[in-house]
Amino acid sequence: MSARDFDHPDVVLVPYGPMLLRGAESVQDADGTVHRVERPVVALCRCEKSSRLPWCDGTHKVIPRGPRT
Amino acid sequence: MRLPKPRGVLSEWLVARLAEPGLTGEAPAPDSRDDESIALWTLHELSFRGFEDADERAEWDPGLLGVRRDLEEALEERLRSRWSEAGRDSTPRAGGVPEALEELVAEDDGPSLADHVRRHADRDQVLELLRQRSVYHLKESDPSAFVVPRLPVRAKAALMALQFDEYGDGDPNRLHSHLFARGLEAVGLRPEYGAYVDDALTENLEMNNAGSLFGLHRRLRGAAMGHLAAFEMTSSLPSRKMVQGLDRLGLAGPMADYYDEHVEADAVHEHLAARDICGTLAEDEPDQAEDILFGAFTCLDVEARFATVMLDTWGVAG
Ligand code: FES
Repeated sequence: MSARDFDHPDVVLVPYGPMLLRGAESVQDADGTVHRVERPVVALCRCEKSSRLPWCDGTHKVIPRGPRT
Repeated sequence: MRLPKPRGVLSEWLVARLAEPGLTGEAPAPDSRDDESIALWTLHELSFRGFEDADERAEWDPGLLGVRRDLEEALEERLRSRWSEAGRDSTPRAGGVPEALEELVAEDDGPSLADHVRRHADRDQVLELLRQRSVYHLKESDPSAFVVPRLPVRAKAALMALQFDEYGDGDPNRLHSHLFARGLEAVGLRPEYGAYVDDALTENLEMNNAGSLFGLHRRLRGAAMGHLAAFEMTSSLPSRKMVQGLDRLGLAGPMADYYDEHVEADAVHEHLAARDICGTLAEDEPDQAEDILFGAFTCLDVEARFATVMLDTWGVAG
């Protein structure tokens, strides 16, 4: 393998799952509350069913899959 | 930590030999699965934190390495035959590994200890479970750390991102095994590394041995990463149930915080592990695809066996 550059996006949308966000320092949720980010990558809920919005808590896995988002 | 209590002729021989390096003589064959499991667990532990009453050079003692190899071969053979018996051992396309992992996890129908903790477990059962879990959680992520130098570029970077988070993102107070130790202390259990090894069920030792076996052998790097992925992919939701159960029993506080941390952390880690680690590893080294699935299957299988025994002991149907 040659020494090439790799794709390393800051935002990754997981099919039927959360948005992975890399390198953020804070995130504002839908209510306007700002949350400090303490990890290198966070998963933001896109299904709106998480018990700890704005973060994904894995709940998307147990809800029926609609059209792919 | 001190050497564990022997559970049969082989572990008796081993513990004596570790305590007194001058001893020689052939290792006897193990007389039970329990004996075999604690012996292998002890030999692996020499490569982690070790024992204060064992000779440090024993880790690379050729005679003991021979015993370890025999035990590891028996374990690997057993794990592989369970995999082929389960009929899940088809090789995925190198590009299809993350989906194959997802499918494997989605179809897992092993009994859930977290479900029991959430709704019905009493305090003694939860404390018993925490003592059992402490065997792994006090060295959480350590087996995967051995794999870092054995991976190609993308998988290595992703594993480090995951491990960095497991190890507290540079903050010793947030190191996961340390959070668990604080949790143990808060619920009145002993927080020292290895405190409850003598209480560990055979199935629990086997579960730990499988993880260490994969982590310690370069040849098994694919299995180690598949194991890690399955572990992370089955962590967020059960961790949330653990929090609910602990709250129900009035055990909120540091132990619930430990599980709480895993709800969000593992919602990230599962994608890192399945896609960025296992997915890219299989693309770069296609011959690893099969072992990635084997490792993932094994993680789910040993957990199911452990959960079955725990629930049986409590007289609960899984
Ligand atoms: S996207 Fe995971 S819980 Fe909503």
